[in-house]
Amino acid sequence: MNARDEVLRRVRAATTDVTDADPAQDSPIDWIYGRALPTDDVLADFIEKVIDYGATVTRCTADDVARAVADALARLGAASVVLPPGLPESWAEAIGSGVGVLRDDPPLGNADLDVVDAVVTTAAVAMADSGTIALDHTEGQGRRVLSLLPDRHVCVVRADQVVSDVPEGLAVLGPAMRRGRPVTWLSGGSATSDIELTRVEGVHGPRHLAVILAE
Amino acid sequence: MTARRTPEPGSWLGIPPFPKAAPGALDKAEQRRNLRHATTSIREKRAERADEVADWEQLRTAAAQIKDRTLRHLEGYLLEAEGAMTAAGVTVHWARDGAEANRIVTDIAHAKGIDELVKIKSMVTQEIELNEHLEANGIAAWETDLAELIVQLGNDLPSHILVPAIHRNRAEVRDIFEVQMGRYGAPAPAAMTDDPAELSAAARSHLREKFLRARMAVSGANFLVAETGTLVVVESEGNGRMCLTLPETVVSIVGIEKLVPTVEDLEIFLKLLPRSSTGERMNPYTSFWNGPTSGDGPQDLHVILLDNGRTNALADPVGRPALRCVRCSACLNICPVYERVGGHAYGSPYPGPIGAILGPQLRGMDDPKDAALPFASTLCGACNDVCPVRIPITDILVHLRREAVDHKKAGRPSAERVAMKAAEWAMAEGPNLERAQGATQAAGRVLRDRWIGPLPLPVASRWLGARDTAPPAARTFRRWWRDHHDEDDR
Amino acid sequence: MPVPAHLPPEPDVRPDATRRDAVDAPAGVAGPAVALFATCIADTMRPSIPIATVTLLERLGCRVSFPERQTCCGQIMTNTGYWDEALPAVRNHVETFAGYDYIVAPSGSCVGSVRDQHAMLARHAGDQSLATAAAAVASRTYELTEFIVDVLGIVDVGAHFPHRVTYHPSCHSARVARVGDRPLQLLRRVRGLDLVPLPEADQCCGFGGTFSLKNPAVSVAMASDKARHVRATDAEFVVSVDHACLMNIGGVLHRQRAGVRTIHLAEVLAATGPETP
Repeated sequence: MNARDEVLRRVRAATTDVTDADPAQDSPIDWIYGRALPTDDVLADFIEKVIDYGATVTRCTADDVARAVADALARLGAASVVLPPGLPESWAEAIGSGVGVLRDDPPLGNADLDVVDAVVTTAAVAMADSGTIALDHTEGQGRRVLSLLPDRHVCVVRADQVVSDVPEGLAVLGPAMRRGRPVTWLSGGSATSDIELTRVEGVHGPRHLAVILAE
Repeated sequence: MTARRTPEPGSWLGIPPFPKAAPGALDKAEQRRNLRHATTSIREKRAERADEVADWEQLRTAAAQIKDRTLRHLEGYLLEAEGAMTAAGVTVHWARDGAEANRIVTDIAHAKGIDELVKIKSMVTQEIELNEHLEANGIAAWETDLAELIVQLGNDLPSHILVPAIHRNRAEVRDIFEVQMGRYGAPAPAAMTDDPAELSAAARSHLREKFLRARMAVSGANFLVAETGTLVVVESEGNGRMCLTLPETVVSIVGIEKLVPTVEDLEIFLKLLPRSSTGERMNPYTSFWNGPTSGDGPQDLHVILLDNGRTNALADPVGRPALRCVRCSACLNICPVYERVGGHAYGSPYPGPIGAILGPQLRGMDDPKDAALPFASTLCGACNDVCPVRIPITDILVHLRREAVDHKKAGRPSAERVAMKAAEWAMAEGPNLERAQGATQAAGRVLRDRWIGPLPLPVASRWLGARDTAPPAARTFRRWWRDHHDEDDR
Repeated sequence: MPVPAHLPPEPDVRPDATRRDAVDAPAGVAGPAVALFATCIADTMRPSIPIATVTLLERLGCRVSFPERQTCCGQIMTNTGYWDEALPAVRNHVETFAGYDYIVAPSGSCVGSVRDQHAMLARHAGDQSLATAAAAVASRTYELTEFIVDVLGIVDVGAHFPHRVTYHPSCHSARVARVGDRPLQLLRRVRGLDLVPLPEADQCCGFGGTFSLKNPAVSVAMASDKARHVRATDAEFVVSVDHACLMNIGGVLHRQRAGVRTIHLAEVLAATGPETP
């Protein structure tokens, strides 16, 4: 018997006490999926939680995003930035002349990305209660490696993308995941607590996360 | 014989059964200080983060129910996951045991001419000792999680599910990095202090070249969604994203209990897991994928579905809930026994309360080390209350104790069995107990108020080594009652 | 075949008593008839605990009986893995207490075993009728403070105990019987009593039944920490609702000549005069 058949046979033999073949009937789940949290001010909650991770949040109007991105890059001291395809051209135009702008089109090599200071992306959805931003790596969000190798990540989130909590966020992401999109969740920058459980921000991923919240 | 390419790890084989290993662990004052500091602070953080979720108890119930549904209908969900992954372009393998899984990984590497790979922290690869198998086959496996790196470079063994180097403090880590990093790659910076930020920065630069060079990565998975074939890896440092993004080939070894039915089920587990494990509202990074994405990330994806004893646990309806475990380690952090002895005394990569129930179920109890594990607990029950998937850990411990005893009963009678037989008789009815109390009362009359101190008797010394004991009563309660109450009150 | 440890998880099997508002101790009011489960350890090692329980319950107006067939909840055998050997004790317990409406024990651990283990042991032995009877007895079994606070509706039992004490919430009372803060509610109303919080109170004392013999070094390490915390309170007495834990903590304190004594909560609540028990 091959391994597949053998493992499946063992599983079958181990569950002969289960007589109802319908999982839903046999094992009901007392949970209502996709519910929102009754948060008074979802945006304020999101901002508070993101800041708690040591990231920064800048609020701006939708018209002012290009300038906010340029300011964030300047504040982070980025001398070079990579832009994924799909970002508004006005953002690139607003970036100061002292900052080298690279386009990931055609795709850059890992060695090139490793020496770029910063990346700018948009997001798919943001979840306030845990201060989490999700990327589904479609237009404007870039390949996974873009938001990984550069040391500073400027992430633009629209206010209408911010939901109260994880259940609503997963409901938004479900269709993309069912289409086979890879998804990455970011909650603050990379961090570790592996030495004496002392939190250190910034290990392998971007060490700085700057969120721009466009209203 | 060729030289090793990776540091030689410590060996579980040299560790005696828990009752013999624990006293040695207790004697390590530095380790006890490190563990106490770490477990105390992490369990306070967990409590704070759990308390701020209004429906925490309902989440725990739902998580237990989802896992039970999955386990009770596992064959269907496995087939569904296999179908979804295959359709998404993942090569699905099956492994009956660790040796088979290790062979599959080696074969994939050999077929591609790969002689080194990077690893995401994974309990299952510790369980099957993948690294040593790869080393023996000429493949260097580099741990990239900071704590796993500390353990690997320190020729050590992991002692905690989440923080494998929890037994080490910053000064020890500094010493390990200073001596070892240069032997296996980029050396530690000169004049590195023991500041955790500097140590983390040293790990960043030591590992960066390995990430950029690697052509293959090995991961575990926190969840596998049956419906979509989506794999989920929860992490903090970004080493996981490096491994899952940069190499061309990723092999994920997934225990068959890791399934959940739907994408939506993740909303429950992704709220429970980070708060229970690191005491954070959310871990810094979570990666979801279910197949190669053109132009983005690895293009050759493999998943190995592993049994390795899980169907033994599945077959026992009392022990089955142990397979709900999401490896958060909340039970370790709250356990007073774990806090004092640390993980190594448990003799396997799964220490603490969950290890004491999972290990004997996965491996059986033929080995005295495994048979001792269900007894490595005071049954204080603190673990039950923090488990995010409501595993009735102490109930399973008591259940496994019975199995261990039944196993032992096949052998020659022990002093313990004689004592338990005597207790069985004494407690079978009141008059029997009263007869046994004849002896305790006689002792009580002789001793009067004198406490019993150290006695060099085999079993008594285990109690009296550091504890006195008051004498038994010269007159029992039931005698008192008879003297003070009428017949009709009895 | 054992019944699967399937859901619902953690059913609350606490007796469904209608809670009355707390009142002061009634004088001579006819209260309910109570069957005392003395527990084998207190019966044999420290009879002053069940004696105090009787004194207290009678003072609160209860009519107390002591069914003499009783022995033990069987927990020591059960938790050591000797389920077959525990069964006669379980059967005896269920038969002894089958006819009583209120079964009260001065022990969170023994009550926890009655509630959590008796029916399970019966099912494991394939004795469904014993399992049913055991569940019925369990549903009428109360740890002493549950009975006083929930059934009698009393928090001030009229006790007087002019001493500095600290309270150790035993693991099984807190996490198996789930008595909550009832012991503290009662202690706070004791006249003259100075209640000092115990540091790291929720940590196990390290007793764990045969754990204390199988893993003595770990057990002593835990007990020593507990004793250290007790001593830090400068209390004269450490109080608990479980005598087994007190034997462990008291054993270390006595060896250390710490001068702190152990006392069961029932003994504190039974005290009415300035004299120490």
